Amino acid sequence: MVDTTAPHPTSGIAGLRPDELETPPLSLGQLTWRRFRQHKMAIFGSITLLLIILYAFGGMLVFSEAESNAVETGARLQAPTRQHPFGTDTIGRDILARTIYGGQISILIGLTAMLVELIIGVTVGAVAGYFGGKLDSLLMRFTEAVLVIPQIFLLLVMAKYFAQSIPNVRFLGRTFSGSVLVIIFVIGLTTWPYLARIVRAQFLSVKENDYILAARAVGTPTWEIIVRHILPNSIAPIIVSATLSVAAAITLEAYISFLGLGVRPPTATWGNMLEGAYNYVESAWWLWFFPGLLIALTVLSINFLGDGLRDAIDPHSRAV
Amino acid sequence: MADRILEVKDLRTRFHIAEGTVYAVNGISFHLEDGETIAIVGESGCGKSVTMLSILRLLPIPPAEITSGQALYLGRDLFRLSEREMEQIRGKEIAMVFQDPMTSLNPVLTIGRQIGETLRVHLGLDKEAIHQRAIGLLDQVGIPDPAHRLNDYPHQFSGGQRQRAMIAMALACLPSILIADEPTTALDVTIQAQIVELIQRLKEQLSMAVIWITHDLGVVAEMAERVLVMYAGFIVEEARVDELYEDPRHPYTMALLAALPRIDRRRDKHLRSIPGAPPNLLVAPKGCPFAPRCELAFDRCWDEMPPLFQLGPDRRAACWVDVTTGKPF
Amino acid sequence: MVDIQTTNSFDTPELVQVRDLKKHFPITKGLIFERMVGSVRAVDGVSFTIRSGETLGLVGESGCGKTTVGRTLLGLYPATEGEIFIDGHNMRKARGEELLAIRRKAQMIFQDPYASLNPRWTVNSIVGEPLRVHKVFKSDKERSERVKELLSLVGMSSQLVNRFPHEFSGGQRQRIGIARALALNPLFIVCDEPISALDVSIQAQVVNLLEDLQDKFNLTYLFIAHDLSMVRHICFRVAVMYLGVIVELAERNEIFENPLHPYTQALLSAVPIPDPKKARARRRIVLTGDVPSPINPPSGCRFHPRCPIAKDHCSRLVPEWRQITEGHWVACHEV
Repeated sequence: MVDTTAPHPTSGIAGLRPDELETPPLSLGQLTWRRFRQHKMAIFGSITLLLIILYAFGGMLVFSEAESNAVETGARLQAPTRQHPFGTDTIGRDILARTIYGGQISILIGLTAMLVELIIGVTVGAVAGYFGGKLDSLLMRFTEAVLVIPQIFLLLVMAKYFAQSIPNVRFLGRTFSGSVLVIIFVIGLTTWPYLARIVRAQFLSVKENDYILAARAVGTPTWEIIVRHILPNSIAPIIVSATLSVAAAITLEAYISFLGLGVRPPTATWGNMLEGAYNYVESAWWLWFFPGLLIALTVLSINFLGDGLRDAIDPHSRAV
Repeated sequence: MADRILEVKDLRTRFHIAEGTVYAVNGISFHLEDGETIAIVGESGCGKSVTMLSILRLLPIPPAEITSGQALYLGRDLFRLSEREMEQIRGKEIAMVFQDPMTSLNPVLTIGRQIGETLRVHLGLDKEAIHQRAIGLLDQVGIPDPAHRLNDYPHQFSGGQRQRAMIAMALACLPSILIADEPTTALDVTIQAQIVELIQRLKEQLSMAVIWITHDLGVVAEMAERVLVMYAGFIVEEARVDELYEDPRHPYTMALLAALPRIDRRRDKHLRSIPGAPPNLLVAPKGCPFAPRCELAFDRCWDEMPPLFQLGPDRRAACWVDVTTGKPF
Repeated sequence: MVDIQTTNSFDTPELVQVRDLKKHFPITKGLIFERMVGSVRAVDGVSFTIRSGETLGLVGESGCGKTTVGRTLLGLYPATEGEIFIDGHNMRKARGEELLAIRRKAQMIFQDPYASLNPRWTVNSIVGEPLRVHKVFKSDKERSERVKELLSLVGMSSQLVNRFPHEFSGGQRQRIGIARALALNPLFIVCDEPISALDVSIQAQVVNLLEDLQDKFNLTYLFIAHDLSMVRHICFRVAVMYLGVIVELAERNEIFENPLHPYTQALLSAVPIPDPKKARARRRIVLTGDVPSPINPPSGCRFHPRCPIAKDHCSRLVPEWRQITEGHWVACHEV
């Protein structure tokens, strides 16, 4: 006679054996990682990104900042050689070193602008989404007003008026132009509305779930509901959006620096290196090729990474 | 006399997903006679919907895979037809109605256009004929003021009316078989009564065969002539409706009936619940899938899946045990 | 068959009292300044009491307002009008500390097992949340011990505390939800369609569990459901709602064997019976049309447009809520 191990089917609480969960414990994080792993482009993007970051920050060990700014008029506009593997620019600075230190700034701008956008965007979106009603209307009208501001225009105006007056900044053992901060804040302050709308939409939808009502029925205070319940369930689009906005910020910086109105020299960024290359497009290809390649690779990698994250993070995931 | 309009033989369907293979349908065979109403009953995950979707070849392949089986419609094996030929059959000769009319109807097209599409594609009628016929169909399914309602969108209909509209679409080309997949599960009980009555009436009028898929044993008692009970991708019992309820021969059927509360009786003690839970379909079936939850299980049940034993005309049960005695056959 | 639960124990105290409860949801228009242009009268004057230890069933079809009653009862929606008393506390006036105290006594179980548990929290956090918010234990360890206790009360292994909701089946998730509701030793639980989303074979398990817990802890339930067969099984008394009002209230056997209101009669006759012979023999009252919108309920008796026995005055006068026989109340002119 086989022992069925199931309790006799009369009244009472039917037992549940621990092994009745056939799947091994897998948190949502582990499931997400699994899905991410299968996205080949995302893996490629992540690895490339990692290499670029290593290049830009690890390169500090090989070249000093002084070297990247060292003017060597005798060696101007030299094509790539053993001494200067990426060539030299219009005043004889080594391009390789400059792409390293320039990369640090470009990446820094990308990350920091994203942080500004994140803080403002998430706060506004969360409050508007959770409380609804008049507060929501007010915040959303404000958000839309900010969207109306032409970003480039603002950047140009700020660049013109503040460029001279902001002192140099010291950070991570480096000194760079204060215009970097201006750029960071302007980008952050004009792009947060996109994130705010996404966060608000997430909050509106997550708020409708019964587990939020259950938390209220239990007596959980509002701020706890927002931070412990809703926010963790809204993280997915926030992560994706934040990732992509790093790419957007890098591109934007390149764009305005190329126009000559971004970060002031001698501080290098990939973008202002392109500015210098404008007149030498054909004659000195190495001036724009290397910084351009790095920008393209970085932005592309971030986009692949973002794609992979978007596919991997599924808020409705379930085992099987 | 009774012709077999549909005959399914040894159907097996699997799904290949990241976590492994889901053994959704594991070798089922049944038939449907012309003009007959059968019900396929089972809980979620038993494979009842997948069976129908497999037969109509509506499953995406991959991840689905129909590893074996034949589905003979009027003698032709549906699995051997080209997609073109299947399109001639779907909607025209075999029609399907689904559970949630809100997602099965296109929200941006009027009802008139959606019904019209079926008529245009299958019967090649012109605009005026389509218009008249659509009005007639909406009227037949009991939607008041059909001429005007043709221009309404799905969200302007109530749940019950949407389901009626879906039925109208399904019947537009006078199919021989109507497959209704949980058509009333999402509806209120008074609306459900209306829809059940509607389908019974239409069935008579159009001499259609109906396959009704549901988990609700109450609805089955109302409208089925013959019943198939499914569990974990197998058919475990088949019987004429009266016999199934009075004299079930499979432990699962018996347990299911015993677990039902009754509105027409005074309360008994606790409900007789079925311990445990349905099996994990990611594991290839070995032995009887109901064994872990079965009072009458013995060694053989765990090793070998019982075949469907013929216990009488139209009467089969897949169990090694004779439930009338409690002992193995 | 002897009915084992006492139903006419008029000496047991009333735990929950609801008087003329109304909940209207405003409909607003306007982009910047939202104007109220109408309201959805989801609950439009509902009164009932629930005695300690009993189960009151609240049934009705979609849009009748039963879920809204449950949520408003616990203060999850602010009531528009009316009075709610739970264990002597005035729900509408309670704030701060008193409100928290009431929350310890009155809890809720939800319908959707997939949406009622936070997918990013472990079972331990989910079931432990009430304990944490109400600061019942000093240490995490003590709290975890209590969580394990609660899980075993609902028939689940304590080894599952670190798992996530998505790893469980619907029935198991409902048990987790029940464990959470029990955490603070409540007196009263609102069960909002707790088994509708479950398979039939699991429904019986969960219902049996709810009854066992009721016996063990002397719980009082408001059982909101649309499955009338299950309601007959588990409830002591039943209230039938239609379009925001209660149309009939009676003791269980009385309402199922002797329904007086035409809507109740139609409702009961529409419920399928798992018995083919009875199903064929039965006389069905099939209502025409659909349930009207709660934004503009019909005048007089709300049911009059669909009522098979409606007379002229039914569209003009709102029927009185009267006690016909002991414990059997109806709102109908024709009874």
